[in-house]
Amino acid sequence: MGIKWNEFFITGDPLILGSQIAILLTMIGIVAGITYLRKWRWLWTEWLTTVDHKRIGIMYIIAAVLMFFRGGMDGLLMKAQTSGPEKEFLTAQHYNEIFTTHGVIMILFMAMPFLIGLMNVVIPLQIGARDVAFPHLNAWSFWLFFSGAMLFNISFVIGGSPDAGWTSYFPLAGKEFSPGIGNNYYAVALQIAGIGTLMSGINFIVTILKMRTKGMTLMKMPMFTWTTLVTSVIIVAAFPIFTVALALMTFDRLYGTHFFTLSGGGMDMLWANLFWLWAHPEVYIVALPAFGIFSEVIATFSRKSLFGYKSMVFSIVGIAVLSMVVWVHHFYTMGASPGVNSFFSITTMLIAVPTGVKIFNWLFTMRKGRIKMTSAMLWALAFVPCFVIGGVTGVMLGMGAADYQYHNTLFLVAHFHYVLIPGVVFAVFAGLYYWWPKMFGHMLNEKLGKWHFWLFVIGFNVTFMPMFFLGLDGAVRRAYTYSEASGFAPLFALSGIGSVVLAAGFAVFCYNIYWSFRYADRNISSDPWDARTLEWATASPVQHYNFAKLPEASSLDAFWYMKKNNEGLTLSDKEIKKIHMPSNSGLPFIMAIVFGVTGFFLVFEWHIAAAIAALGIVGGLIYRSFDYNDGYYVPVEEVQETESAWRNVKGEVNNHVS
Amino acid sequence: MQNKAKVFPVSHIVGFVLSLVMTFAAAWVALKTFYSFNTIMMIIGTLAVLQAALQLTMFMHMNEGEDGRTQTINVVYGIFVAIVIVAGTVWVMSIGMHTHH
Repeated sequence: MGIKWNEFFITGDPLILGSQIAILLTMIGIVAGITYLRKWRWLWTEWLTTVDHKRIGIMYIIAAVLMFFRGGMDGLLMKAQTSGPEKEFLTAQHYNEIFTTHGVIMILFMAMPFLIGLMNVVIPLQIGARDVAFPHLNAWSFWLFFSGAMLFNISFVIGGSPDAGWTSYFPLAGKEFSPGIGNNYYAVALQIAGIGTLMSGINFIVTILKMRTKGMTLMKMPMFTWTTLVTSVIIVAAFPIFTVALALMTFDRLYGTHFFTLSGGGMDMLWANLFWLWAHPEVYIVALPAFGIFSEVIATFSRKSLFGYKSMVFSIVGIAVLSMVVWVHHFYTMGASPGVNSFFSITTMLIAVPTGVKIFNWLFTMRKGRIKMTSAMLWALAFVPCFVIGGVTGVMLGMGAADYQYHNTLFLVAHFHYVLIPGVVFAVFAGLYYWWPKMFGHMLNEKLGKWHFWLFVIGFNVTFMPMFFLGLDGAVRRAYTYSEASGFAPLFALSGIGSVVLAAGFAVFCYNIYWSFRYADRNISSDPWDARTLEWATASPVQHYNFAKLPEASSLDAFWYMKKNNEGLTLSDKEIKKIHMPSNSGLPFIMAIVFGVTGFFLVFEWHIAAAIAALGIVGGLIYRSFDYNDGYYVPVEEVQETESAWRNVKGEVNNHVS
Repeated sequence: MQNKAKVFPVSHIVGFVLSLVMTFAAAWVALKTFYSFNTIMMIIGTLAVLQAALQLTMFMHMNEGEDGRTQTINVVYGIFVAIVIVAGTVWVMSIGMHTHH
């Protein structure tokens, strides 16, 4: 119970005080709004207890948009601080906290849930299934992720943010150099969220291997399904490493062990080693599904089958293997032997080969295609050159000897933003514009979409391109200020201006969501893009049981051939049977609260309180073991009614004959 | 596997016999030879890994059924990852340590 109560709430910083007031007002506003609209019951039955993969996916995406806002604010604050030399907008400590939370939130609470959200919405539909393999577990995944994310997010107002960087290297992240509780948030919140992610990985492996519809062999799966499968395998391989590393960190910080302190007989660099053993595959965990999204978008809007499907599959699998053997390139300067650094230089450069194969496949898919310049396609087009810049600078950094020059400079920062923003954020935007009608039954506005696109892409390049040159000139990362004599000021200022444009792009996106929700045309068919894969073979938004009759896949691009050969698009009354579906459950949501409370106590090192709260976790598991509810049946009449409502509309390719 | 029911379970017999051979070989190496402790551990460790692989394929139907290939690939990938994590970490981290001692 070492906490001083006067340090419980962070005080004394006007920015944080403003946030505290804003958070309080927002919470009051939400509670008042829901009560006024009498939506509590609706919220509980339709969303909080849902096990429907589409709704869970949408909740992931909402959480990701919120976290994008949070992480983006962090980014803007950093850019404001460095926009001029020797600015005193943020203190050094505050800057440390902000770059730490920016990194963690953007990777783990923005990129991951965006992609897992899209996987949740799309994968069961794409393989012609009615849900994921373990719908109840899926809800656990979401709520544990959400619990971890919220726990991490409150750190900056209650108790203090972690401030040792998103990598949290020891010895800095240890108790000796970070005595506050900030880094406990890192250790505990990421652990909780990580459990959720690991369960998602298992869930999707089983779903894709066991629940594909009739005729869909592995080599007839859509590319997004392939990338999700391989991503899930990497999740299951890599996340346990992080689980162990975080557990060791928790023991070091909370219980006085010395796994990562040299003076106590431990090894500080072992943390870096374990961290990157997880975090490098993590890069591919977020990049591969993004590649899958681009593959779907490019094939659909080039109106061609994906070029080099097999080579695409082999390169993804190749990346899954190579991604596990490149981790040391993050710490060449640790001073391992030339043998070690040379080995990892070679594997790092090797990984450019399968990635290059993919880039050429996308280009050849577009070749001689009748390209439609929709917003989704624009993101895919912008991705190619931007990502190539990121990739080529990655090969530069990958050379161990040269890395001594670039290490810890803004060159590196520019590189990974050029990889992760085009490679993940552009993909997510492409995916959202593409699958939005499938999720909500209306499109996002294309005109606003183009404003969003141009502002975001221009802003992105103006923000991060100068950082390559700053880095080559010697500007180090994670430094909260610089002198006027350094001559960095003009490029930093330019970068700061770019970040404002970038933020404007994101604002247009948020406005687009609002505008489209209010005003967009609802009379669109279930297949507005003339798409190729099975998720478009059912209604938009998708009815809760997905498919009245499971579709059959006879080839790659199954839905395209169904339309071309006019097969399987109709549904007659006698084909309708009652459908078995899983029941809702409040347990995952309640357990997320229990996990969150336990985590919160652990963060504050209130061990007895944490132990008591942890009993709640055990209780939840026991309760679940005695849960014999194995679902319910959707009656034939309900299916009939739902199906005839959407199928016999003008312009619809799927028909209902009775 | 063919549809025709195999009356004589060849793979089970072969697996059983090979398992027995390896178990007795391990026992013999451990009890009746006079190699150094490290050598004995290496030999019986190798035999254990071989026997685990043998049982996975001969008894546990790892490579059978519609998912046989996938399961084999997953297991092999899992072993690959485990080796990379352990051996890789030892290799990478041991380098710097020589200078400290």
